[in-house]
Amino acid sequence: MNELRRLTITEMHDGLRRRDFSAVELVETHVNAVENEQLNAFVTKTPEIAIKAAKIADEYFLKQKDNISPLMGIPVGVKDLFCTKGIKTTACSKMLENFVPTYESTVSNVLLKSGAAMLGKLNMDEFAMGSANTNSYFGPVKNVWIRKSDGEKVVPGGSSGGSAASVAGFLCAGALGSDTGGSVRQPAAYCGVVGIKPTYGRCSRFGMIAFASSLDQAGVITRSVSDSALMLEIICGYDEKDSTSSKRTVPKFSSFINGDIKGKRIGIPKEYKMDGISDEIVHNWEKVSSNLKENGAEVVDITLPHTKYAIPVYYLICSAETSSNLARYDGVRYGFRVDADTLEEMYSLTRAEGFGKEVKRRILIGSYALSSGHYNEYYEKAQCIRALIRNDFIKAFEKIDYILVPSAPTEAFGLNEKPDPLIMCINDVFTVPASLAGLPAISVPVGLSNAGLPLALQVIGNYYDEAGILNMASVIEQNCGRIVNSLT
Amino acid sequence: MPGTLPVLNYSCIEQAICTGLAISAEINKCSYFDRKNYFYPDLPQGYQITQFFEPIVKNGKVFINNNEKEIRIARIHLEQDAGKSIHEESKTYIDLNRAGVALMEIVSEPDLRSSAEAAEFMKKLRQILRYIGSCDGDMEKGSLRCDANVSVRPKGSSTFGTRCEIKNLNSIRYIVQAIDYEAQRQIKILESGGEISQDTLLFDVTLGKTKVMRSKEDSSDYRYFPEPDLLPVEINQDKIDSIKSSLPELPDQKKLRYIEELGINEYDADVITSDKEIADYFEKLAKKHDSKIAVTWLTVELFGRLNKTNIDIVSSPIKADALSELLDFIVDGTISAKLGKQVFDIMFETGKPASLIIEEQDLKQITDRGQIAEVIDTIINSNQDKVQEYKSGKTKLYGFFVGEVMKLTKGKASPDVVNSILNEKLSN
Repeated sequence: MNELRRLTITEMHDGLRRRDFSAVELVETHVNAVENEQLNAFVTKTPEIAIKAAKIADEYFLKQKDNISPLMGIPVGVKDLFCTKGIKTTACSKMLENFVPTYESTVSNVLLKSGAAMLGKLNMDEFAMGSANTNSYFGPVKNVWIRKSDGEKVVPGGSSGGSAASVAGFLCAGALGSDTGGSVRQPAAYCGVVGIKPTYGRCSRFGMIAFASSLDQAGVITRSVSDSALMLEIICGYDEKDSTSSKRTVPKFSSFINGDIKGKRIGIPKEYKMDGISDEIVHNWEKVSSNLKENGAEVVDITLPHTKYAIPVYYLICSAETSSNLARYDGVRYGFRVDADTLEEMYSLTRAEGFGKEVKRRILIGSYALSSGHYNEYYEKAQCIRALIRNDFIKAFEKIDYILVPSAPTEAFGLNEKPDPLIMCINDVFTVPASLAGLPAISVPVGLSNAGLPLALQVIGNYYDEAGILNMASVIEQNCGRIVNSLT
Repeated sequence: MPGTLPVLNYSCIEQAICTGLAISAEINKCSYFDRKNYFYPDLPQGYQITQFFEPIVKNGKVFINNNEKEIRIARIHLEQDAGKSIHEESKTYIDLNRAGVALMEIVSEPDLRSSAEAAEFMKKLRQILRYIGSCDGDMEKGSLRCDANVSVRPKGSSTFGTRCEIKNLNSIRYIVQAIDYEAQRQIKILESGGEISQDTLLFDVTLGKTKVMRSKEDSSDYRYFPEPDLLPVEINQDKIDSIKSSLPELPDQKKLRYIEELGINEYDADVITSDKEIADYFEKLAKKHDSKIAVTWLTVELFGRLNKTNIDIVSSPIKADALSELLDFIVDGTISAKLGKQVFDIMFETGKPASLIIEEQDLKQITDRGQIAEVIDTIINSNQDKVQEYKSGKTKLYGFFVGEVMKLTKGKASPDVVNSILNEKLSN
């Protein structure tokens, strides 16, 4: 592997500034790697766009040395959920197989404007629904990590499976993902890389194909914590095109990473110590906690009493919003259509063939939860409990600064195995509560399992404290090392 | 389109508040939006953003029948308009140009008792909307549309019958026709022992009949839920107060003021306030001129010509300022009232200002006593026989002398001056 691919964004930027290598060199080696990639991480490849950005970047670096965006000339990938003007955007659904947007998502727009070189669009679960990237119309993504015990391939997690796999596979230095119930954090955990989702409203949802509007939030996946800070601080900010985006000023997250966590109070919620978590994860959780204590933090037990309702509440709300958000895919104006004699028939056949199983399942659940006679029983109740879950966190944050929990209950499971239904059910249990509350959270790798697969922990912070969780994660990264570097 | 998001148009919020205040309604300080989910080709998102649970305006009232009857307004909510489906024999076309544009839905309580009241109500509502400027009220262009719910019940019954909703009526005439037809249809069904099914109807204007668009059985479950893409609309009292203070004078207030302060009779006050454009025109005239003169010139002279040529006041060839100038000339005696009407006609035809016409046609009134006395002397001298007859009692001949003066001065002699000199000379 070309050594340039192994660099972090920070290292790439330094190399470019020193003219150790050119942006074209850097991007070309990535373009070649993407061209031959075996992970099925990319669904659309855009080498010309990447090279063009690299050439522009080189001009910048020739002209000046300072005040250049840290992402200038950096090879990145974009989850295929973000609309990219003139470039096919499919949400990995048959429904949008040939959809080419005429507009650019705000987040990808600011990323590309900062000079990043987009290598292509990344595979994902259809409309971001899934936790293994096995629901993509374009086939599953493979994890770079192989289970040593039996040599089996494992899933990269989902729904941003292509984003996590491409970063872990050194195909790009960073990737845009989206996180509705853990879709950035869980695949980052399974692939041994860093994934952060900011506070709900921190970045614009404009142009990001909607799955569950009240939960969807863009996020980034990188190989190091400081890289996440650099990439995240670029995509965050108010956008008049998204009424739910926040007007708060965005601090330069990267400048808050100083490794100092003295006196910070870290909460360990007792409700998260549940059946079904692997012993290895529990062990790492305890180990990291005591490391952080040695670094000067205080670790305290806390309670988040409504955690047990998070999964049902999440599935009700996200399915309800899905049933409405995906109604626009009806075959009338754009996208896939099955022609039929009547309008009704055209609708039914288009949606029956255009959507995959998981998407249809959620549309059905959501439609049911919103239907008259069931609204109060399901949707309204779910919203009430969501408020209770949010209050649990608000109360907890009165006494602590951060919450430390696993990112997922287990390591990645085999690509061809159907995991234990209980495990599948609690798979999202650690990521969903922060999504329901709209809190920022970061997944950071902490070690390898006996089977040689990545394990990760998650730091959840108070509203708008992205800088704080990034700093905490950087300390964990320091203590545990970057496991992704062990990949060859 | 995938990934696009709605953004609230705040001026629409202000229009809704303004309208709410104009009908003495409560302004909801925290309203929010909901999604109404249904599939239809002219609904590009598959849902309509509306306000189902918490509308922005509640509990208003509109008065009809000379302010004797109150019609309660349940709510005004803001929502997105859908596109337009144009059905032809074998094809349907979709026009999405108005899709997503904000509209106000004003919902009345079941207080209207006849098609005439419905028409009266619509006119009154339209008048108010036009006054405050929240809608141009143009029903033909679809900027004001009406869905009429109709039910019938036996005389004396206190419970309402099953209602049918007639969608998208686009003129007051059709509202009346549709309601009358529908009421008769329902009466026939009930009298023959049938039952009304709660349908959604369309009014076929060529046949003059209502027809079923959707029956209750296939009415969809709209699965309303709060719109997660928009924040709740929070309005503080200051905002309400500031809109209230900038609210223009409403038709009823204006009418009362005309009657009480300007001494205009009720009929004229009604005519002038019926349309804000007319009232504005009138007020420009009344600013400088006696209100009675203004009323006459507006309602008799201008309306007469506008009606004859079928032009509305907005496109009148004589604007208020121009008419006001003409009145100046009449009041200060530059021209006589009679010539004024002549000038008015030319103004109406050519659009030229009064001053120019008076100058071009040399119409300035002659008020110079000496000049008029000369003319009178000439007439007396050459008509000595008639002077003798007059002096011997044939006073009817007075008109003859005036006529002769006007003939010689081409009607420009000031009647007052003519009278005073002629009287003097003839009595000698």
